[in-house]
Amino acid sequence: MFRNTYDSDNVVFSPQGRLHQVEYASEAVKQGSAVVGLRSKTHSILLALKRSLGELASYQQKMYRIDEHVGIAIAGLTSDARVLSNFMRQQAMSSRMVFNRPIPVNRLVSSIADKAQVNTQEYGRRPYGVGFLVVGQDKNGPHLYEFSPSGNSYEYYAMSIGARSQSAKTYLERHYESFADCNLEELICHGLHALRETLQQDKELTINNTSIGIVGPASAHEKDVPSAGNFRILEGETIQVYLDSMLPKGHQDPAPAAPAAPAEGGAAPPAGVAVADEDVQMAE
Amino acid sequence: MDHFPTNWGRPRNELHDQYNTYPIHQRPSQPKDVFGEGVQRTQQPIVTGTSVLAIKFKDGIMMAADNLASYGSLARFKDIQRLHPVGTSTIIGASGDMSDFQYLQHTLDELMVDEFTNGDGHELGPAEVHEYLSRVMYGRRSKLNPLWNSLLVGGLQDGKPFLAYVDLLGTTYSASSIATGYGSYIAIPILRAAVDNKENTLTEEDARKLLHECMRVLYYRDARSLDKYQIGIVTSAGVSVSDAIKLETNWDFAEGIRGYGAQTQ
Amino acid sequence: MTSIGTGYDLSASTYSPDGRIFQVEYANKAVENSGTAIGLRVKDGIVIAVEKLIHSKLLVPEANRRIQTIDRHIGLASSGLLADGRHISNRARDEAASYGDTYRSPISLKSLVDRVGLYVQAYTLYSSVRPFGCSTILGAVDKTGPILYVIEPSGVAYGYHGAAIGKGRQLAKTELEKLKLAELSTREAVIEAARIIYLVHDDAKEKDFELEMSWIGDETNGLHLPVPKDLLEEASRKAKEALENFE
Repeated sequence: MFRNTYDSDNVVFSPQGRLHQVEYASEAVKQGSAVVGLRSKTHSILLALKRSLGELASYQQKMYRIDEHVGIAIAGLTSDARVLSNFMRQQAMSSRMVFNRPIPVNRLVSSIADKAQVNTQEYGRRPYGVGFLVVGQDKNGPHLYEFSPSGNSYEYYAMSIGARSQSAKTYLERHYESFADCNLEELICHGLHALRETLQQDKELTINNTSIGIVGPASAHEKDVPSAGNFRILEGETIQVYLDSMLPKGHQDPAPAAPAAPAEGGAAPPAGVAVADEDVQMAE
Repeated sequence: MDHFPTNWGRPRNELHDQYNTYPIHQRPSQPKDVFGEGVQRTQQPIVTGTSVLAIKFKDGIMMAADNLASYGSLARFKDIQRLHPVGTSTIIGASGDMSDFQYLQHTLDELMVDEFTNGDGHELGPAEVHEYLSRVMYGRRSKLNPLWNSLLVGGLQDGKPFLAYVDLLGTTYSASSIATGYGSYIAIPILRAAVDNKENTLTEEDARKLLHECMRVLYYRDARSLDKYQIGIVTSAGVSVSDAIKLETNWDFAEGIRGYGAQTQ
Repeated sequence: MTSIGTGYDLSASTYSPDGRIFQVEYANKAVENSGTAIGLRVKDGIVIAVEKLIHSKLLVPEANRRIQTIDRHIGLASSGLLADGRHISNRARDEAASYGDTYRSPISLKSLVDRVGLYVQAYTLYSSVRPFGCSTILGAVDKTGPILYVIEPSGVAYGYHGAAIGKGRQLAKTELEKLKLAELSTREAVIEAARIIYLVHDDAKEKDFELEMSWIGDETNGLHLPVPKDLLEEASRKAKEALENFE
């Protein structure tokens, strides 16, 4: 029944010193659709691919706002993500309540990592089956972190997790050195190109299956963003302009995307792209 | 230690399950009903310090408090420091119960150790320390067990002078000159006249003289005060607390006061 | 290995017929496969150095620290499962704070190691938990002077003049033994520590690495602080030179 003798529960080390249950939990993250995160000197952004269970179903939620200055994108078990994101919100609120200070992003990420570690060490529990990309800004600037079920967290220039995230990572590794000086439009364009790498052959990014999360100053296409550059999630029509900025699919190794011309009157979204039922992806 | 694996190894200061270490059925129980036990809580301070004065000046903030801790009307301890640096950009000054203040000093020191061990460049400034103290003070008063102090918190927050007050009720208040205790009656008019609208021009030298003068006035008027005090300063150079400064006073006028001088009847 | 398949190696609460606890030994395996960490106790201070393996070039350099601070004067580095290392360092911070609450003075490293050692040992007693998959170097300058310990997954803790844990520990120990640790200054020890980390790193087999170092001594006012950037760079440069001469 089990793949080997040492993988039946989380309190058993294999003779090589591995924890198979923790490794399997990391597999759960790969079951979720991909998310991508990138950072420039001024912005941190998240991009997520949303799935829908069928034509009559809505698209899943992949991003959560934690506080004014922090947001997350998830891959894996959504219910676990809700538990952890609630905990993060509590931590963030507590920092504002006790110190009147937005919680430093690294401490927020460490707090859930420490929580996740406990679940890898005690019988009767299972490791969390979800991974996060966390973006946020504090007095040290914008940040991007990855949290994983093993209880580890790392800060990255750019990262991707979830199904077929390796393709996105390959794209990011090829381009990450240019991200620091990107403006927001260019950064989103890079993010979309990376996210597109995780799609199945016949699928496209559309306004229905894509979410964009941003911290940092507003782009030319955004309205009503506080000057602090609070975390916001863009979905639906508002992201058309960014999708339009992408280079066509076959285009090898796109040059750092010419930014969608900072909107004269909001760049009318061309028709054509996206009819709802094409975006439907059955859960894999 | 018993043989239930989830019962051992609690942090010895009984912090409540910080890492979610215990399964739900054995989590440390909820905080007790604070009204449950018929205990008597603090109803008065015992060993007390009197006024603290503080003002903003052009380079930061300056604070003064004398070195006396009284036991009722007895001048019990004459070398108590009532100014306490917190981190590298904050200073607090306390009047009221000195043991409660010492408890707060320890709490804040531990808080600063936590910040230090995080080592991520996010140090707490005076605004955060003040917010924290206000939560502690209000929390304790809500449990009908207040920490019997009036506290001044001063320092540099993002390069700008910050000065605020919090007391045993959790009341908070911010201004460019603040005094606690007797000083709030006697010293405040002098401080306001000298500081208001001049925060950006008042020099360190002037500020020192001003506080010295107010401490002298307080020593003449306040029967719980002492002619020995310290100055605390926060500027961009950091926090410093001076050595004790002696007040020169002249009590010749008392000769003419009935019941005070040499004359009888 | 004789342990595998016997059924005696599935729980920390089971002895094998010859009196071994295999789960603890397996936990040690987790340590043996991770980046090397070393600690040096010298004349006037402590130096801790870590070979931080870089698993992706997308990582932000210097952001993901592996050396932790426990109290103003105590530093910690762990090898093995890093999340476990963080658990231990959190516990160590709590113990240090609790000691301060009770005695109003900074904890001595010996007391801290006693307490944390007991905690780690407790995780080797029950079937309902697993032992910690990490070894921990703790260094401090306390009222007894510079002092250095290692806590192993079994909970035992020994004091050292020079300590090494993780993948490259054998070679590192050999190198440490060549040094006159009691005569080195902290500054000299930084250079030696960097050299050893560069030496034990196996370029051919392993991923890239980043050198991370911290120190405690007169130069830091008794505080546990990261080694300043210029000194770190100097140490790295000298380490690379020494490596070329070595080969």
